[in-house]
Amino acid sequence: MIQVENLTKVFGSISALRDISFTIKKGESVGFLGPNGSGKTTTLRILTCFLPPTSGSVTVDGYDVIQDSMEVRRRIGYFPEKVPLYPSMKVSTFLDFVAEVKGVGRTERKRKIFDSIERCGLAGVAHRIIGNLSKGYRQRVGLAQVLINDPPILILDEPTVGLDPEQIAEIRKLIKSLSRERTIFLSSHILPEVSMLCHRIIIIHQGRIIAEDTQDNLAARLRTASQFLVKVEGPHEEVRKGLEKIPGVVQVEEKEIVSEEIFVYLIRAGKDVDVAREISAVVFNSRWSLLEMRQVEMDLEEIFLNLITQET
Amino acid sequence: MNVYPVFRKELQSYFSSSIAYIIITIFLALSGFFFYTDVLSFNIKNMGGGVTLTEGVWLYFFQDIRFIFLLVIPLLTMRLFAEEVKLGTIELLFTYPIRDSEILIGKFLAPLSLLLLILLLTISYPLSLATIWEVEPWSLLAGYLGLFLLGTSFIACGIFISSLTENQIVAAIATLGVLILFWFLTWNEAIAEPTLMAVLLRLSLFDRTYNFFRGVIDTRDVIFFILFIFFFLFLTLQSLNSRRWRGLQ
Repeated sequence: MIQVENLTKVFGSISALRDISFTIKKGESVGFLGPNGSGKTTTLRILTCFLPPTSGSVTVDGYDVIQDSMEVRRRIGYFPEKVPLYPSMKVSTFLDFVAEVKGVGRTERKRKIFDSIERCGLAGVAHRIIGNLSKGYRQRVGLAQVLINDPPILILDEPTVGLDPEQIAEIRKLIKSLSRERTIFLSSHILPEVSMLCHRIIIIHQGRIIAEDTQDNLAARLRTASQFLVKVEGPHEEVRKGLEKIPGVVQVEEKEIVSEEIFVYLIRAGKDVDVAREISAVVFNSRWSLLEMRQVEMDLEEIFLNLITQET
Repeated sequence: MNVYPVFRKELQSYFSSSIAYIIITIFLALSGFFFYTDVLSFNIKNMGGGVTLTEGVWLYFFQDIRFIFLLVIPLLTMRLFAEEVKLGTIELLFTYPIRDSEILIGKFLAPLSLLLLILLLTISYPLSLATIWEVEPWSLLAGYLGLFLLGTSFIACGIFISSLTENQIVAAIATLGVLILFWFLTWNEAIAEPTLMAVLLRLSLFDRTYNFFRGVIDTRDVIFFILFIFFFLFLTLQSLNSRRWRGLQ
């Protein structure tokens, strides 16, 4: 449904996207994950024909985003990151405008507007001015304008950012209910959200795709990567430096200060390296005391962090 | 062409923000005052007879209306693109299945129809004069055509400038500046040597309206205005396109 090949985007002297490629099949829900500024929004804007690519090809349902821009746009419902809306318009007037622009015929327009109002829980505010709505309702208006013409592909840029937990749960439920019959490409910097809503995850960092797989496979791929909590007695700075020097260790972080000399460190190590032995050897050779050491499981959040730190 | 929805949205916005009512009121108040004074001075000049209405009233009345255009039209055009960029809604418009040219034409037609409405309302002045005087309709029509073309040129220029900035105030002031420049290009004939002056004279919006207001429709003048309008609409399309290529929101 969506095919991206060797896509590069350059803004002036900054490369926002560097040669990224991925494919999304019909009916799939794919999460697009990455820290802020990693190129998520730029990618989505190219997919939705808002920005042209610098090089590479992007096709949606077989149509090129440059050559057949109108065909692409007809198939996509786009939810932009900042949910831009016309504050002085009424919800119903706005949806009527969007429906007309998107080519919904006069006869079915009323019904489609009604449907999307119902679906997004806007019935109570349909005749209110958008500018007076709360953030949660504005977000729903943003979703309603996406759904108004029943597009087969939904591209959602951070759909739950800035909402309170209850609203987040509602929006996620709504998206989940939509994913049954549609292809969804959803960007987020929140892992649980992506893992909850999507079959597959693409992780982008600094304009490059660094991982692309199902959630389970991603976890399996990194299961060998390890994490240790160690409690060491010894001069703090030296211990830290000593631990960091161990080959295979990616990151050392102070987790807890027990006393002046006793710290708990979290050590992240790359996959396929056994650092446990090394840790105890280093501590022993430096004449510090190893008070505790245990391996901890990584959750998705940590896998994500690990991927990013490994790359840089 | 998918022009109508954008046109309707812009027109709705003029009326729902009440800017349309304010501008119509200002326009009618000022033009009514000008009409009144022009008729008064015509009465004095025509004491001996022999002055036509066209030479005695309409010429002055139409020239006065141009100043109201200068005041009012930048206020109508300033928000057309600047506001979309500021609100970020340009990202919606540019990803909906609608071409840039369709957006532009829809936005262009909205202030244009408001201009037409205002001009139609001012027809009450010649109609009231017609009850006591004989009004020649053709020269009057020529004058109105001149006003309409001038106003449309202002709108085209204003839309272009609105597409360059996200600040509405900047758009209004810059439009005013550019229009005044086009207008007074030939104000002082000493600024340029005669050959250059001849070129400038052809570019001046001010001089181009004179024939219309005297009741003469010269196709060269009509073509000048139409070229002026298309030139600025073309520039606007380029500006929208470049905004996209430069990757600015």
